[in-house]
Amino acid sequence: MLAHAIFFYFFSFVAIISAIMVTASKNTVHSVFFLILDFISISCLFIMIGAEFLGMIMLIVYVGAVAVLFLFVVMMLNVAQQKNQWFKSSETSTHIPVGLIVSLIIFFELIIIIGGWKYKPDIIKNFSDSLTSNPTNTHTIGSVLYTEYIHLFQISGMILLVAMIGAIVLTFRKREGVKRQNYFSQISREKNQGVELVEVKSNEGVKIDV
Amino acid sequence: MEYIVLLFSEIYKILYVLIPVLVSVAMIVWLDRRIWAFVQKRRGPNVVGPFGLFQTLADALKYIFKEIIIPASSNKIIFILAPIVTMTLALIAWAVIPFSKDYVLADINVGILYIFAISSLGVYGIIMGGWASNSKYPFLGSIRSAAQMVSYEVSIGVIIINVLLCVGSLNLSDIVLAQEKIWFVIPLFPMFVIFFISSLAETNRPPFDLPEAEAELVAGYQTEYSGMMYAMFWLGEYANILLMCALGSILFLGGWLAPMDIPLFDIVPPPVWLILKILFLFVLFALIKAIVPRYRYDQLMRLGWKVFLPFSLIWVVLTSGYLLYFDLLPVY
Repeated sequence: MLAHAIFFYFFSFVAIISAIMVTASKNTVHSVFFLILDFISISCLFIMIGAEFLGMIMLIVYVGAVAVLFLFVVMMLNVAQQKNQWFKSSETSTHIPVGLIVSLIIFFELIIIIGGWKYKPDIIKNFSDSLTSNPTNTHTIGSVLYTEYIHLFQISGMILLVAMIGAIVLTFRKREGVKRQNYFSQISREKNQGVELVEVKSNEGVKIDV
Repeated sequence: MEYIVLLFSEIYKILYVLIPVLVSVAMIVWLDRRIWAFVQKRRGPNVVGPFGLFQTLADALKYIFKEIIIPASSNKIIFILAPIVTMTLALIAWAVIPFSKDYVLADINVGILYIFAISSLGVYGIIMGGWASNSKYPFLGSIRSAAQMVSYEVSIGVIIINVLLCVGSLNLSDIVLAQEKIWFVIPLFPMFVIFFISSLAETNRPPFDLPEAEAELVAGYQTEYSGMMYAMFWLGEYANILLMCALGSILFLGGWLAPMDIPLFDIVPPPVWLILKILFLFVLFALIKAIVPRYRYDQLMRLGWKVFLPFSLIWVVLTSGYLLYFDLLPVY
C-alpha cells in the first residue's frame, strides 16, 4: 500500500507541475513537451486506479496522435520564442477574461460531477451489475458503450465526422496551374514508351520533338 | 524487508528479459549487415570473432570512446534526452511480450494496447532529436518521420482490430492461445502482408527510410549526433525492429506455438519457436533492405492513407461479417 501511495503522489506531483509548466514556460515547443508529460502522468494515474483501458487509449490518442500534431504545428509555424508574460494582460491582449470564464465553467462542472458522486452514490449503481460480471474493464466498457449508450456513442462519432469534413472543406483550395502526379501512368510506363533507340548518322544529329 | 526481496526478484526478472534482448540486438545488427552483403555478393563484416560475430560489440566500444559533440546552438536538454527516450521506449515494450505460457514479465490485460501506445510514443525520440539539433537536415528528417509514423500507425491499429475480432481479448497470451487451431496468417493473410509493410514504415526501414535518406538529408535526424548518443539511437532503432518482428509473430504466426501439434515438436522449448519466427521475419526485413529501392515521399503517403487504410477497414467489415454470420464471435 505504501508503494501505491508513493507512486500516486509522484505521478500527481509530476502532472500538476507539468500542467503549470505548460503555461509558464517561455518556449512554445517546451510547453508542448510538458503537455505530453502531463498526458503521460495522467494516464499512469488512470492505470493506477485500475482503468488500464482508458489509460492506454489516453496514451494512444492524446500522446501518440494529438500531441504529435500540436508539436508539428508549433514547429512548422516557428513560434518557438514568444514573449510569455504569465498572468499579465497587456493592452493589446484581452484573452485573459475569456480564459477565466472558460476555466470557471469547467470548475463548476467538476464541482457538480464530484458533488453528485459524493452525495448520490446510487447514480453509478444503475449499471454496476454489468460491472461485476465481466472479467476486465475493457469488456465492461464495451458492454456498456455499445448497448446502453449506443446513441450517444454514435452521435459523438457523427459530430467528429462532421468536424473532420468541415476542417477539410475550410482548408481545401483548388489551385490553378499545379502539376499533379498521376501514379497509374507513372507506374504503368513501359520501356518502349520512354526509351527509343536511334541510329545517329555523323554530321546530321537527331531531330528531337518533345 | 518484503519490499526489498520483491524489488530484487523483479529486477532479476527484468534483467532476464532485457539482457537477451540487448545481446540479440547486437547480433541482429551483424545479421542485417551480413545478409545485406550476401545479396550484393560482398562478404560483410567477417573479421572480428567467428564469422565477424563480435563486430557490433567492437563498434559499440568504438562509440563509447568517441567524443560526444553537442552543437552550440542546440537545445541541450532535449538534445541529450532524445536518444535516451528512443532507447528506453524500444526496451520497455518488451515487458509484455510472452515468450511462453509462463515466461512473460507482465501479463497485463491490455498488452496489445500497451505495445501500440509505446510504439506510437517512439516518434518523440525522433522529433525531439530533430528539433533540438537546430539544423535544417535533422529538422526536415524529423518532420518527415513524424508524418510517416503517424500515418502508418493508423493502418497498424486497424489491422490489430482485425486480429482482436478473432480473439476477443487484448491479452497477448490469449492472442497466441487463440491460434492453437490455425495461425492467423492463413485466414488473415492480406492483413499480414499489410502489417509487415506498415511495420517497415513504422521502424523507418528501407524502402521507407525517408527520415534518414542519405541522398537528400545527409542522415536525417541523426546528423548532429555522435559517439554514444548516436549508438543509442541506433540500438533503439534495431530494438524497435525486433519488437515489430516479435509483434508480427505473436499476432499472425502463433507466437511460441509449434507449427504442428505433433510430439516431435514438443521437444523444442516454446521460446525457441518464438525466436525462430522473429528471426524469419527479421531476415525478410533485411532482404527487403537489400533489394527494394527507396520510395518517393508522396507515394509513401498515398500508400498509407489511400491504399492500406481503406483496405484494412474493408477487411474489418469482412472479418466481423464472417464471424457474425457463422456465429464464431468470441464471447466472454
